[in-house]
Amino acid sequence: MAFGEPIAIAPPLRQPSVTEPAPVRWLLVSAAGLLLGIFVLVPLAAVFATALRAGAGRYLAALLHPDARSAIGLTLLTAAIVVPVNAFFGIAAAWAIANFRFRGKRLLITLIDLPFSVSPVIAGLALVLVFGRQGWAGSWLEARQIRIVFAVPGVVLATAFVTLPYVAREVLAVLEAQGSTEETAALTLGAGGWQILARVTLPKIRWGLLYGIALCNARAMGEFGAVSVISGHIRGETITVPLHAQILYDQYDAVGAFAVASLLALMALFTLVTKKYVEWRSRPA
Amino acid sequence: MRRTRGILPGFGLSLGTSILYLTLLVLIPLAGVALRGATSHWEEIWRATTSPRAIASVRLSFTASIAAGAANAVGGLLVAWVLVRYRFAGRSALDALVDVPFALPTAVAGLALTAVYAPDGWIGRWLLPLGVRVSYTPIGVWLAMTFVGLPFAVRTVQPVLADLDTHLEEAAAVLGANRLQAFVRVVFPTILPAVLTGFTLAVARALGEYGSIVFISGNLPLRTEIAPLLIVSHLEQYDYSGATSLALVLLLASFGLLLSTNLLQRWSVRRLGPAAG
Repeated sequence: MAFGEPIAIAPPLRQPSVTEPAPVRWLLVSAAGLLLGIFVLVPLAAVFATALRAGAGRYLAALLHPDARSAIGLTLLTAAIVVPVNAFFGIAAAWAIANFRFRGKRLLITLIDLPFSVSPVIAGLALVLVFGRQGWAGSWLEARQIRIVFAVPGVVLATAFVTLPYVAREVLAVLEAQGSTEETAALTLGAGGWQILARVTLPKIRWGLLYGIALCNARAMGEFGAVSVISGHIRGETITVPLHAQILYDQYDAVGAFAVASLLALMALFTLVTKKYVEWRSRPA
Repeated sequence: MRRTRGILPGFGLSLGTSILYLTLLVLIPLAGVALRGATSHWEEIWRATTSPRAIASVRLSFTASIAAGAANAVGGLLVAWVLVRYRFAGRSALDALVDVPFALPTAVAGLALTAVYAPDGWIGRWLLPLGVRVSYTPIGVWLAMTFVGLPFAVRTVQPVLADLDTHLEEAAAVLGANRLQAFVRVVFPTILPAVLTGFTLAVARALGEYGSIVFISGNLPLRTEIAPLLIVSHLEQYDYSGATSLALVLLLASFGLLLSTNLLQRWSVRRLGPAAG
């Protein structure tokens, strides 16, 4: 017998079971499938079914209506402003939290999470209280004829508030999992701060960043509560896609409302595909 | 001081940018709500929060969101268990479905649930003969809250369950425990902090939820009106004091929930080691 070869051990009399009998397994899987099917899949399918109920012509007409087009334009504009700003903030915050020790770090993380736990309606209210006519900055803004509440800047601010944590959380998770040894190595090789960020950190976090941006974008385009409070519902001016869907629904135009909503549902599905792709790319080889 | 901080550059710039942005966008506006509450007359706050309509809305918000959190704790544990422990066809699709309520805009969720659970909807028409009305009732409020909270309950339990060492269960089996006993006595106590964290997150999410509930609840004062909705209707009448008073009640509850999530997280870390944090 060669040295180091494992000695055969007698197998245990009975393999201890750490799984359930097949019927129980089957039952649990079906219950979970039924739960998610009825609860999530059916409503999702209903969006598209209702949108296409009156045919493709009616569907397209709802999407090409001038009000719908202006809502889509505003939603795209808002996302185009909010997503890059929050991505920039997210990278900065994650860089500070992951790479340095400082007092109040836990507090900073809690503050970043705050928009998750504050009702979107309260976020809208808070911005109205600061920037509204009666608010702190109200008279100052009014004297300079700057409108924020019931105008596009308010929609952008409210959206930025509710989508603030997404990129920061995703990037921070990646940075904390991977540590900063590579950045430190780059530093000892003479790289500067921006060089380290561009050549080491960004490639390292790219998949987490991509998913964070996708989530931030989904929430930005779909935000309803905060935007609803601050927008003032001015036709053709401050109506975003979700608000437009609500207006159509309140006018008993279900097909129109669901047609517009289906755009947002498609975007949500696209976000989930991005997530699957990111998971697949960042899977350890 | 500087040495212990870390050796990479950019500390001041990155922390400064983060704090500035957070202060301008989040802290100052939220402080505005708190200050507005502190400077208004107590009488006003008292009147705004103790009117029958306000009490009914706050009570509905709390009971429905706790019920939704409880439903999510049970359903979330089931889904997380199935996803972690079993391999079956369609597992990946099931896993993707969990994230739908997270990615789907709340207004779309509200429209979709209303369509499906209306008396003539795909599911509503089967519930009607059983005497269950969902739309325009508190059940609809609960349903929408459960929908939006589900991913939180699943995704907090799932990683903890995946990291769980099966050796303990093997030991339990060797010592003669059946599967149910092993689950109740060994697995469940270990994942309890995660289940409670998921519950808390789902409750917090449900408490602030607005978009999906507006459509299905019908917004009937005293019956299906939730607190965020009453805030909006105060705002529409430019009653800022009324809106602020109710907002403070919700904010206090949110902070309480946030605090308990942090405490639960610490408990979880103590119980399972830092990996569970």
